[in-house]
Amino acid sequence: MSEFTFLFRGSDPTAQSPEEMQKSMQKWLAWFKELGEKGHIKYPGHPLERTGKVVRGKQKNVHDGPYAEAKDIVNGFTLIEAKDLPHAVELSKGCPILEVGGSVEVRPIRILDM
Amino acid sequence: MEPSDHLFRREAGRMVATLTRVFGVHNLALAEDVVQDAFCRALEVWKFRGVPENPSAWLLATAKNRALDVLRRQRTAHTFAPELGRLLDSEWTLAPAVEELFAANAIKDDLLRMMFSCCQPRLAEEAQVALILNILCGFSANEIASAFVSSHAAIEKRITRAKKLLATSKRLFDVAVPAEFAARLPAVHRALYLLFNEGYHGASPESAVRAELCHEAMRLAALLLEHPLGAMPTTYALSALMCLNAARLPARVDASGKLTSLFDQDRSLWDRELKVEGIRLLELAATGCELTEYHLEAAIASVHARASRIENTDWASIVSLYDTLILVRPSPVVALNRAIAIAQRDGPERGLEAIDAIEDRDRLASYPFYPAALGELELRRGRHNIARKHFRAALALARNPMERRFLHQRVGACEGADPP
Repeated sequence: MSEFTFLFRGSDPTAQSPEEMQKSMQKWLAWFKELGEKGHIKYPGHPLERTGKVVRGKQKNVHDGPYAEAKDIVNGFTLIEAKDLPHAVELSKGCPILEVGGSVEVRPIRILDM
Repeated sequence: MEPSDHLFRREAGRMVATLTRVFGVHNLALAEDVVQDAFCRALEVWKFRGVPENPSAWLLATAKNRALDVLRRQRTAHTFAPELGRLLDSEWTLAPAVEELFAANAIKDDLLRMMFSCCQPRLAEEAQVALILNILCGFSANEIASAFVSSHAAIEKRITRAKKLLATSKRLFDVAVPAEFAARLPAVHRALYLLFNEGYHGASPESAVRAELCHEAMRLAALLLEHPLGAMPTTYALSALMCLNAARLPARVDASGKLTSLFDQDRSLWDRELKVEGIRLLELAATGCELTEYHLEAAIASVHARASRIENTDWASIVSLYDTLILVRPSPVVALNRAIAIAQRDGPERGLEAIDAIEDRDRLASYPFYPAALGELELRRGRHNIARKHFRAALALARNPMERRFLHQRVGACEGADPP
Protein backbone atom coordinates (compact mmCIF):
# COMPACT_ATOMS: atom_id res chain seq x y z
CA MET A 1 0.00 0.00 0.00
CA SER A 2 1.18 3.53 -0.77
CA GLU A 3 -0.02 6.88 0.47
CA PHE A 4 -1.37 9.77 -1.54
CA THR A 5 -2.84 13.17 -0.93
CA PHE A 6 -5.94 14.31 -2.70
CA LEU A 7 -5.87 18.08 -3.11
CA PHE A 8 -9.32 19.46 -3.82
CA ARG A 9 -9.58 22.54 -5.98
CA GLY A 10 -12.42 24.74 -7.10
CA SER A 11 -16.20 24.50 -6.75
CA ASP A 12 -18.06 27.55 -5.65
CA PRO A 13 -21.25 26.60 -3.86
CA THR A 14 -22.48 30.10 -3.07
CA ALA A 15 -25.18 30.28 -5.74
CA GLN A 16 -26.85 27.06 -4.60
CA SER A 17 -30.15 26.65 -2.82
CA PRO A 18 -30.23 24.97 0.61
CA GLU A 19 -31.59 21.79 -0.97
CA GLU A 20 -28.83 21.72 -3.58
CA MET A 21 -26.18 22.32 -0.93
CA GLN A 22 -27.51 19.47 1.15
CA LYS A 23 -27.51 17.17 -1.87
CA SER A 24 -23.94 18.11 -2.68
CA MET A 25 -22.93 17.47 0.94
CA GLN A 26 -24.62 14.10 0.90
CA LYS A 27 -22.67 13.12 -2.19
CA TRP A 28 -19.44 13.91 -0.35
CA LEU A 29 -20.57 11.93 2.67
CA ALA A 30 -21.41 8.94 0.49
CA TRP A 31 -18.06 9.13 -1.29
CA PHE A 32 -16.10 9.42 1.97
CA LYS A 33 -18.12 6.63 3.52
CA GLU A 34 -17.32 4.29 0.66
CA LEU A 35 -13.61 5.14 0.75
CA GLY A 36 -13.59 4.68 4.52
CA GLU A 37 -15.36 1.32 4.43
CA LYS A 38 -12.83 0.01 1.95
CA GLY A 39 -9.99 1.18 4.18
CA HIS A 40 -8.62 3.85 1.85
CA ILE A 41 -8.75 6.79 4.22
CA LYS A 42 -5.47 7.24 6.06
CA TYR A 43 -6.55 10.61 7.45
CA PRO A 44 -9.74 12.42 6.51
CA GLY A 45 -7.92 15.74 6.23
CA HIS A 46 -9.25 19.25 6.52
CA PRO A 47 -10.95 21.98 4.60
CA LEU A 48 -8.81 25.08 4.12
CA GLU A 49 -9.96 28.66 4.53
CA ARG A 50 -10.35 30.44 1.23
CA THR A 51 -7.64 33.02 1.95
CA GLY A 52 -4.68 33.50 4.25
CA LYS A 53 -1.24 34.99 3.77
CA VAL A 54 1.53 34.29 1.31
CA VAL A 55 5.10 34.93 2.44
CA ARG A 56 7.54 35.41 -0.41
CA GLY A 57 11.22 36.00 -1.10
CA LYS A 58 14.30 36.84 0.91
CA GLN A 59 12.57 39.96 2.05
CA LYS A 60 9.93 37.70 3.59
CA ASN A 61 7.22 39.92 2.17
CA VAL A 62 3.81 39.04 3.50
CA HIS A 63 0.94 39.25 1.05
CA ASP A 64 -2.75 38.61 1.34
CA GLY A 65 -3.68 35.62 -0.69
CA PRO A 66 -3.58 33.35 -2.43
CA TYR A 67 -5.10 35.39 -5.23
CA ALA A 68 -5.94 32.90 -7.88
CA GLU A 69 -9.02 31.95 -9.80
CA ALA A 70 -11.54 30.07 -7.66
CA LYS A 71 -10.98 26.93 -9.68
CA ASP A 72 -7.23 26.94 -8.87
CA ILE A 73 -7.42 27.40 -5.12
CA VAL A 74 -6.84 24.36 -2.94
CA ASN A 75 -9.73 24.19 -0.49
CA GLY A 76 -9.06 20.91 1.26
CA PHE A 77 -7.00 17.75 1.40
CA THR A 78 -7.31 14.11 2.39
CA LEU A 79 -4.70 11.38 2.89
CA ILE A 80 -5.48 8.20 0.99
CA GLU A 81 -4.07 4.69 0.97
CA ALA A 82 -4.05 2.93 -2.37
CA LYS A 83 -2.17 0.18 -4.19
CA ASP A 84 -0.44 2.51 -6.62
CA LEU A 85 -0.96 5.77 -8.48
CA PRO A 86 -3.41 4.38 -11.05
CA HIS A 87 -5.46 2.92 -8.20
CA ALA A 88 -5.47 6.26 -6.33
CA VAL A 89 -6.51 8.04 -9.53
CA GLU A 90 -9.35 5.57 -9.95
CA LEU A 91 -10.50 6.30 -6.39
CA SER A 92 -10.41 10.05 -6.99
CA LYS A 93 -12.86 9.74 -9.86
CA GLY A 94 -15.73 9.33 -7.40
CA CYS A 95 -15.16 12.80 -5.94
CA PRO A 96 -18.30 14.96 -6.23
CA ILE A 97 -16.19 18.07 -6.79
CA LEU A 98 -15.65 16.86 -10.36
CA GLU A 99 -19.36 17.29 -11.07
CA VAL A 100 -19.26 21.01 -10.25
CA GLY A 101 -16.22 22.02 -12.25
CA GLY A 102 -13.60 21.34 -9.60
CA SER A 103 -10.55 19.09 -9.75
CA VAL A 104 -8.69 16.56 -7.63
CA GLU A 105 -4.91 16.54 -7.71
CA VAL A 106 -3.52 13.11 -6.79
CA ARG A 107 0.04 13.25 -5.43
CA PRO A 108 2.01 10.30 -4.13
CA ILE A 109 3.52 10.96 -0.73
CA ARG A 110 7.15 10.06 -0.59
CA ILE A 111 7.80 8.01 2.49
CA LEU A 112 11.13 8.97 4.01
CA ASP A 113 13.26 6.24 5.54
CA MET A 114 15.51 7.97 7.98
CA MET B 1 -25.17 9.88 10.77
CA GLU B 2 -27.31 10.86 7.82
CA PRO B 3 -28.90 14.30 7.82
CA SER B 4 -32.70 14.14 7.58
CA ASP B 5 -34.37 14.97 4.29
CA HIS B 6 -34.61 18.68 3.54
CA LEU B 7 -32.69 19.51 6.72
CA PHE B 8 -30.97 22.52 5.14
CA ARG B 9 -34.13 23.83 3.56
CA ARG B 10 -36.09 23.58 6.80
CA GLU B 11 -33.31 25.06 8.90
CA ALA B 12 -32.96 27.92 6.42
CA GLY B 13 -36.44 29.12 7.35
CA ARG B 14 -35.79 28.92 11.08
CA MET B 15 -32.45 30.65 10.86
CA VAL B 16 -33.59 33.46 8.56
CA ALA B 17 -36.61 34.09 10.79
CA THR B 18 -34.46 34.34 13.89
CA LEU B 19 -31.66 36.33 12.29
CA THR B 20 -34.19 38.79 10.91
CA ARG B 21 -35.36 39.35 14.45
CA VAL B 22 -31.78 40.03 15.51
CA PHE B 23 -30.84 42.26 12.59
CA GLY B 24 -34.22 43.86 11.96
CA VAL B 25 -36.51 43.18 9.01
CA HIS B 26 -34.79 45.88 6.92
CA ASN B 27 -31.67 43.68 7.04
CA LEU B 28 -33.39 40.60 5.62
CA ALA B 29 -30.71 40.26 2.94
CA LEU B 30 -28.00 40.27 5.58
CA ALA B 31 -29.82 37.52 7.48
CA GLU B 32 -29.97 35.47 4.29
CA ASP B 33 -26.24 35.96 3.74
CA VAL B 34 -25.47 34.70 7.23
CA VAL B 35 -27.60 31.61 6.63
CA GLN B 36 -25.89 30.91 3.32
CA ASP B 37 -22.60 31.28 5.14
CA ALA B 38 -23.62 28.76 7.79
CA PHE B 39 -24.49 26.25 5.07
CA CYS B 40 -21.13 26.79 3.35
CA ARG B 41 -19.43 26.17 6.70
CA ALA B 42 -21.45 23.01 7.26
CA LEU B 43 -20.66 21.78 3.77
CA GLU B 44 -16.92 22.29 4.33
CA VAL B 45 -16.72 20.77 7.76
CA TRP B 46 -19.27 17.98 7.47
CA LYS B 47 -17.89 16.57 4.30
CA PHE B 48 -14.58 15.95 6.04
CA ARG B 49 -15.86 15.07 9.50
CA GLY B 50 -19.32 13.67 8.91
CA VAL B 51 -22.62 15.07 10.14
CA PRO B 52 -22.55 16.12 13.80
CA GLU B 53 -24.75 14.50 16.44
CA ASN B 54 -27.27 17.34 16.35
CA PRO B 55 -27.00 19.00 12.94
CA SER B 56 -29.74 21.57 13.58
CA ALA B 57 -27.99 22.78 16.74
CA TRP B 58 -24.68 22.90 14.89
CA LEU B 59 -26.13 25.07 12.12
CA LEU B 60 -27.89 27.31 14.59
CA ALA B 61 -24.75 27.79 16.70
CA THR B 62 -22.77 28.61 13.57
CA ALA B 63 -25.35 31.15 12.48
CA LYS B 64 -25.42 32.63 15.96
CA ASN B 65 -21.65 33.08 16.09
CA ARG B 66 -21.63 34.62 12.67
CA ALA B 67 -24.44 36.95 13.74
CA LEU B 68 -22.42 38.05 16.76
CA ASP B 69 -19.45 38.75 14.47
CA VAL B 70 -21.61 40.85 12.19
CA LEU B 71 -23.15 42.73 15.11
CA ARG B 72 -19.75 43.53 16.57
CA ARG B 73 -18.11 44.57 13.35
CA GLN B 74 -20.95 46.44 11.75
CA ARG B 75 -22.54 48.03 14.78
CA THR B 76 -21.75 51.50 13.56
CA ALA B 77 -22.45 50.91 9.88
CA HIS B 78 -25.87 49.33 10.32
CA THR B 79 -28.84 49.96 12.51
CA PHE B 80 -30.19 46.66 13.72
CA ALA B 81 -33.50 45.56 15.18
CA PRO B 82 -35.12 48.57 16.83
CA GLU B 83 -36.84 46.44 19.45
CA LEU B 84 -33.48 45.23 20.71
CA GLY B 85 -32.10 48.73 20.70
CA ARG B 86 -29.47 49.36 23.32
CA LEU B 87 -29.01 45.70 24.23
CA LEU B 88 -26.89 45.29 21.12
CA ASP B 89 -24.82 48.38 21.91
CA SER B 90 -22.76 46.98 24.72
CA GLU B 91 -20.61 43.86 24.67
CA TRP B 92 -21.99 43.04 28.15
CA THR B 93 -25.54 42.73 26.94
CA LEU B 94 -24.93 41.74 23.31
CA ALA B 95 -24.05 38.07 23.76
CA PRO B 96 -26.79 37.27 26.34
CA ALA B 97 -29.37 39.11 24.21
CA VAL B 98 -28.45 37.13 21.11
CA GLU B 99 -28.30 33.92 23.11
CA GLU B 100 -31.85 34.50 24.27
CA LEU B 101 -33.06 35.20 20.76
CA PHE B 102 -31.70 31.84 19.64
CA ALA B 103 -33.45 29.88 22.41
CA ALA B 104 -35.76 27.14 21.16
CA ASN B 105 -39.02 28.80 22.24
CA ALA B 106 -38.06 32.09 20.70
CA ILE B 107 -37.37 30.45 17.36
CA LYS B 108 -40.84 28.94 17.13
CA ASP B 109 -42.35 32.41 17.53
CA ASP B 110 -39.88 33.80 15.00
CA LEU B 111 -41.28 31.46 12.37
CA LEU B 112 -44.80 32.65 13.12
CA ARG B 113 -43.68 36.27 13.17
CA MET B 114 -42.16 35.81 9.72
CA MET B 115 -45.21 33.91 8.46
CA PHE B 116 -47.52 36.74 9.53
CA SER B 117 -45.13 39.36 8.17
CA CYS B 118 -45.15 37.64 4.77
CA CYS B 119 -48.96 37.81 4.69
CA GLN B 120 -49.22 41.54 4.90
CA PRO B 121 -52.12 43.09 3.02
CA ARG B 122 -49.93 45.26 0.78
CA LEU B 123 -48.72 42.09 -0.91
CA ALA B 124 -50.79 40.22 -3.48
CA GLU B 125 -51.72 36.69 -2.44
CA GLU B 126 -49.41 35.01 -4.93
CA ALA B 127 -46.54 37.19 -3.68
CA GLN B 128 -47.31 36.13 -0.11
CA VAL B 129 -47.15 32.48 -1.11
CA ALA B 130 -43.88 32.96 -3.00
CA LEU B 131 -42.37 34.76 -0.01
CA ILE B 132 -43.39 32.03 2.40
CA LEU B 133 -41.89 29.40 0.13
CA ASN B 134 -38.70 31.35 -0.31
CA ILE B 135 -38.08 32.62 3.22
CA LEU B 136 -39.78 30.07 5.48
CA CYS B 137 -39.46 26.93 3.40
CA GLY B 138 -36.02 27.66 1.93
CA PHE B 139 -36.96 27.12 -1.73
CA SER B 140 -34.91 29.10 -4.26
CA ALA B 141 -36.63 31.14 -6.96
CA ASN B 142 -35.61 28.43 -9.39
CA GLU B 143 -37.21 25.68 -7.35
CA ILE B 144 -40.41 27.69 -6.89
CA ALA B 145 -40.53 28.45 -10.61
CA SER B 146 -40.23 24.78 -11.48
CA ALA B 147 -42.88 23.77 -8.93
CA PHE B 148 -45.28 26.39 -10.29
CA VAL B 149 -44.26 25.69 -13.90
CA SER B 150 -43.55 29.38 -14.22
CA SER B 151 -40.54 31.26 -15.54
CA HIS B 152 -37.58 31.83 -13.27
CA ALA B 153 -37.56 35.54 -14.14
CA ALA B 154 -41.22 36.00 -13.17
CA ILE B 155 -40.81 34.31 -9.79
CA GLU B 156 -37.50 36.06 -9.11
CA LYS B 157 -39.15 39.41 -9.80
CA ARG B 158 -42.12 38.56 -7.60
CA ILE B 159 -39.85 37.59 -4.70
CA THR B 160 -37.51 40.54 -5.06
CA ARG B 161 -40.39 43.01 -5.09
CA ALA B 162 -42.08 41.37 -2.15
CA LYS B 163 -38.86 41.36 -0.14
CA LYS B 164 -38.31 45.01 -0.86
CA LEU B 165 -41.74 45.76 0.47
CA LEU B 166 -41.19 43.55 3.49
CA ALA B 167 -37.88 45.27 4.22
CA THR B 168 -39.55 48.68 4.28
CA SER B 169 -41.94 47.63 7.03
CA LYS B 170 -40.50 48.99 10.23
CA ARG B 171 -40.62 45.79 12.19
CA LEU B 172 -41.75 42.22 12.02
CA PHE B 173 -45.35 41.43 12.82
CA ASP B 174 -45.92 41.23 16.57
CA VAL B 175 -47.58 37.88 17.32
CA ALA B 176 -48.09 38.77 20.98
CA VAL B 177 -50.94 41.22 20.39
CA PRO B 178 -54.18 39.18 20.27
CA ALA B 179 -56.22 41.71 18.29
CA GLU B 180 -53.58 42.07 15.58
CA PHE B 181 -53.00 38.34 15.49
CA ALA B 182 -56.70 37.68 14.97
CA ALA B 183 -56.94 40.37 12.29
CA ARG B 184 -54.07 38.92 10.24
CA LEU B 185 -54.93 35.26 10.78
CA PRO B 186 -57.40 34.94 7.86
CA ALA B 187 -54.73 36.16 5.42
CA VAL B 188 -52.31 33.58 6.81
CA HIS B 189 -54.95 30.84 6.45
CA ARG B 190 -55.58 31.89 2.90
CA ALA B 191 -51.87 31.87 1.97
CA LEU B 192 -51.37 28.41 3.47
CA TYR B 193 -54.50 27.20 1.69
CA LEU B 194 -53.17 28.50 -1.64
CA LEU B 195 -49.77 26.96 -0.93
CA PHE B 196 -51.41 23.62 -0.27
CA ASN B 197 -53.55 23.84 -3.40
CA GLU B 198 -50.51 24.64 -5.50
CA GLY B 199 -49.25 21.23 -4.45
CA TYR B 200 -52.61 19.49 -4.70
CA HIS B 201 -54.08 20.96 -7.88
CA GLY B 202 -50.95 22.63 -9.18
CA ALA B 203 -49.09 22.24 -12.40
CA SER B 204 -45.93 20.40 -11.49
CA PRO B 205 -45.81 17.00 -13.15
CA GLU B 206 -43.47 15.73 -10.42
CA SER B 207 -45.46 14.08 -7.70
CA ALA B 208 -42.57 14.51 -5.25
CA VAL B 209 -42.59 18.28 -5.76
CA ARG B 210 -46.34 18.45 -5.27
CA ALA B 211 -46.21 16.39 -2.09
CA GLU B 212 -43.46 18.68 -0.81
CA LEU B 213 -45.60 21.79 -1.27
CA CYS B 214 -48.51 20.09 0.50
CA HIS B 215 -46.22 19.02 3.34
CA GLU B 216 -44.84 22.51 3.76
CA ALA B 217 -48.35 23.96 4.02
CA MET B 218 -49.23 21.30 6.60
CA ARG B 219 -46.06 21.92 8.57
CA LEU B 220 -46.77 25.65 8.77
CA ALA B 221 -50.40 25.05 9.70
CA ALA B 222 -49.24 22.72 12.48
CA LEU B 223 -47.02 25.53 13.72
CA LEU B 224 -50.07 27.80 13.87
CA LEU B 225 -51.91 25.19 15.91
CA GLU B 226 -49.11 25.16 18.47
CA HIS B 227 -49.63 28.83 19.24
CA PRO B 228 -52.47 29.60 21.68
CA LEU B 229 -53.76 32.42 19.48
CA GLY B 230 -53.39 30.31 16.35
CA ALA B 231 -55.25 27.24 17.61
CA MET B 232 -58.64 28.54 16.43
CA PRO B 233 -61.46 26.40 14.98
CA THR B 234 -60.67 27.77 11.53
CA THR B 235 -57.04 26.68 11.79
CA TYR B 236 -58.21 23.20 12.81
CA ALA B 237 -60.56 23.17 9.84
CA LEU B 238 -57.78 24.23 7.47
CA SER B 239 -55.45 21.57 8.87
CA ALA B 240 -58.21 18.95 8.60
CA LEU B 241 -58.82 19.90 4.99
CA MET B 242 -55.11 19.56 4.21
CA CYS B 243 -54.78 16.18 5.92
CA LEU B 244 -57.89 14.74 4.25
CA ASN B 245 -56.87 15.91 0.80
CA ALA B 246 -53.23 14.97 1.25
CA ALA B 247 -54.40 11.47 2.21
CA ARG B 248 -55.69 11.07 -1.35
CA LEU B 249 -52.54 12.42 -3.00
CA PRO B 250 -50.82 9.02 -3.46
CA ALA B 251 -53.81 7.79 -5.47
CA ARG B 252 -54.35 11.08 -7.29
CA VAL B 253 -50.99 11.49 -9.00
CA ASP B 254 -48.69 8.55 -9.61
CA ALA B 255 -44.89 8.70 -9.81
CA SER B 256 -44.98 9.39 -13.54
CA GLY B 257 -47.30 12.37 -13.01
CA LYS B 258 -50.44 10.59 -14.24
CA LEU B 259 -53.59 12.16 -12.84
CA THR B 260 -56.48 9.97 -11.70
CA SER B 261 -59.88 11.47 -10.92
CA LEU B 262 -61.57 10.85 -7.58
CA PHE B 263 -63.97 8.48 -9.34
CA ASP B 264 -61.24 6.12 -10.53
CA GLN B 265 -58.74 6.29 -7.68
CA ASP B 266 -57.47 3.14 -6.01
CA ARG B 267 -58.68 3.98 -2.51
CA SER B 268 -56.40 1.42 -0.91
CA LEU B 269 -53.59 3.86 -1.72
CA TRP B 270 -55.13 6.59 0.45
CA ASP B 271 -53.01 7.38 3.47
CA ARG B 272 -54.87 5.98 6.48
CA GLU B 273 -52.97 7.94 9.11
CA LEU B 274 -53.62 11.27 7.42
CA LYS B 275 -57.26 10.36 7.01
CA VAL B 276 -57.65 9.58 10.72
CA GLU B 277 -55.77 12.73 11.67
CA GLY B 278 -57.92 14.80 9.33
CA ILE B 279 -61.13 13.49 10.86
CA ARG B 280 -59.78 14.14 14.35
CA LEU B 281 -58.85 17.74 13.43
CA LEU B 282 -62.25 18.29 11.84
CA GLU B 283 -63.91 17.32 15.12
CA LEU B 284 -61.73 19.88 16.91
CA ALA B 285 -62.76 22.48 14.33
CA ALA B 286 -66.43 22.04 15.17
CA THR B 287 -66.56 24.65 17.92
CA GLY B 288 -67.33 28.36 17.96
CA CYS B 289 -69.84 30.03 15.70
CA GLU B 290 -67.82 30.60 12.57
CA LEU B 291 -68.43 28.37 9.58
CA THR B 292 -65.72 28.95 7.00
CA GLU B 293 -65.04 27.55 3.56
CA TYR B 294 -62.30 25.47 5.20
CA HIS B 295 -64.84 23.80 7.47
CA LEU B 296 -67.05 22.98 4.52
CA GLU B 297 -64.29 21.79 2.23
CA ALA B 298 -62.89 19.65 5.02
CA ALA B 299 -66.36 18.22 5.69
CA ILE B 300 -66.76 17.38 1.99
CA ALA B 301 -63.33 15.72 1.98
CA SER B 302 -64.27 13.75 5.09
CA VAL B 303 -67.37 12.35 3.38
CA HIS B 304 -65.15 11.12 0.55
CA ALA B 305 -62.63 9.78 3.06
CA ARG B 306 -65.32 7.72 4.78
CA ALA B 307 -66.42 6.01 1.55
CA SER B 308 -64.37 2.89 0.95
CA ARG B 309 -65.70 2.75 -2.63
CA ILE B 310 -67.02 5.50 -4.88
CA GLU B 311 -70.45 3.77 -4.89
CA ASN B 312 -70.67 4.17 -1.12
CA THR B 313 -70.26 7.95 -1.22
CA ASP B 314 -72.97 9.88 0.62
CA TRP B 315 -73.70 12.30 -2.24
CA ALA B 316 -76.73 13.79 -0.50
CA SER B 317 -74.49 15.09 2.29
CA ILE B 318 -71.97 16.37 -0.21
CA VAL B 319 -74.63 18.28 -2.16
CA SER B 320 -75.94 19.93 0.99
CA LEU B 321 -72.38 20.88 2.04
CA TYR B 322 -71.88 22.46 -1.38
CA ASP B 323 -75.20 24.29 -0.96
CA THR B 324 -73.73 25.95 2.13
CA LEU B 325 -70.25 26.44 0.64
CA ILE B 326 -71.73 28.39 -2.24
CA LEU B 327 -73.29 30.80 0.25
CA VAL B 328 -70.07 31.17 2.28
CA ARG B 329 -67.77 31.50 -0.69
CA PRO B 330 -69.65 31.88 -3.96
CA SER B 331 -67.63 30.94 -7.01
CA PRO B 332 -68.41 29.32 -10.36
CA VAL B 333 -65.92 26.52 -9.61
CA VAL B 334 -67.76 25.66 -6.39
CA ALA B 335 -71.04 25.77 -8.35
CA LEU B 336 -69.55 23.38 -10.92
CA ASN B 337 -68.47 20.94 -8.22
CA ARG B 338 -71.92 21.17 -6.70
CA ALA B 339 -73.44 20.29 -10.08
CA ILE B 340 -71.17 17.25 -10.34
CA ALA B 341 -72.33 16.12 -6.89
CA ILE B 342 -75.95 16.61 -7.95
CA ALA B 343 -75.29 14.46 -11.00
CA GLN B 344 -73.98 11.74 -8.70
CA ARG B 345 -77.04 11.96 -6.51
CA ASP B 346 -79.77 12.43 -9.13
CA GLY B 347 -78.25 11.39 -12.45
CA PRO B 348 -76.38 13.18 -15.27
CA GLU B 349 -79.46 15.05 -16.59
CA ARG B 350 -79.98 16.84 -13.28
CA GLY B 351 -76.24 17.59 -13.19
CA LEU B 352 -76.31 19.17 -16.65
CA GLU B 353 -79.29 21.29 -15.61
CA ALA B 354 -77.38 22.45 -12.54
CA ILE B 355 -74.42 23.41 -14.73
CA ASP B 356 -76.81 25.26 -17.02
CA ALA B 357 -78.08 27.20 -14.03
CA ILE B 358 -74.67 28.54 -13.01
CA GLU B 359 -75.14 32.27 -13.37
CA ASP B 360 -71.56 33.38 -13.89
CA ARG B 361 -70.74 30.39 -16.10
CA ASP B 362 -68.83 32.64 -18.51
CA ARG B 363 -66.12 32.95 -15.89
CA LEU B 364 -65.40 29.27 -16.43
CA ALA B 365 -64.63 29.87 -20.12
CA SER B 366 -60.94 29.07 -19.78
CA TYR B 367 -61.27 26.43 -17.05
CA PRO B 368 -60.58 23.02 -18.64
CA PHE B 369 -62.61 21.11 -16.07
CA TYR B 370 -65.78 22.94 -17.10
CA PRO B 371 -66.02 21.33 -20.56
CA ALA B 372 -64.53 18.19 -19.01
CA ALA B 373 -67.45 18.01 -16.55
CA LEU B 374 -69.91 18.44 -19.44
CA GLY B 375 -68.06 15.67 -21.23
CA GLU B 376 -68.26 13.30 -18.26
CA LEU B 377 -71.99 13.82 -17.84
CA GLU B 378 -72.73 13.46 -21.56
CA LEU B 379 -70.59 10.33 -21.61
CA ARG B 380 -72.64 8.94 -18.76
CA ARG B 381 -75.80 9.59 -20.77
CA GLY B 382 -74.20 7.60 -23.57
CA ARG B 383 -73.83 10.59 -25.90
CA HIS B 384 -70.27 9.80 -26.97
CA ASN B 385 -69.98 12.27 -29.85
CA ILE B 386 -71.04 15.25 -27.79
CA ALA B 387 -68.87 14.09 -24.91
CA ARG B 388 -65.88 13.81 -27.22
CA LYS B 389 -66.46 17.35 -28.44
CA HIS B 390 -66.48 18.62 -24.87
CA PHE B 391 -63.33 16.72 -23.94
CA ARG B 392 -61.58 18.08 -27.03
CA ALA B 393 -62.54 21.59 -25.96
CA ALA B 394 -61.17 20.81 -22.50
CA LEU B 395 -57.97 19.46 -23.99
CA ALA B 396 -57.47 22.72 -25.87
CA LEU B 397 -57.69 24.57 -22.55
CA ALA B 398 -55.29 22.26 -20.65
CA ARG B 399 -52.78 24.31 -18.69
CA ASN B 400 -49.99 21.76 -18.30
CA PRO B 401 -48.80 18.40 -19.62
CA MET B 402 -50.46 16.54 -16.77
CA GLU B 403 -53.92 17.93 -17.54
CA ARG B 404 -53.28 17.39 -21.23
CA ARG B 405 -52.48 13.75 -20.64
CA PHE B 406 -55.52 13.27 -18.44
CA LEU B 407 -57.93 14.94 -20.86
CA HIS B 408 -56.41 13.15 -23.82
CA GLN B 409 -57.24 9.91 -22.11
CA ARG B 410 -60.85 11.13 -21.52
CA VAL B 411 -61.21 11.91 -25.24
CA GLY B 412 -60.12 8.34 -25.85
CA ALA B 413 -62.82 7.06 -23.50
CA CYS B 414 -65.56 8.29 -25.87
CA GLU B 415 -65.15 5.37 -28.23
CA GLY B 416 -68.61 3.90 -28.16
CA ALA B 417 -71.46 4.68 -30.52
CA ASP B 418 -74.25 7.09 -29.65
CA PRO B 419 -77.71 5.73 -28.97
CA PRO B 420 -80.04 6.22 -31.90
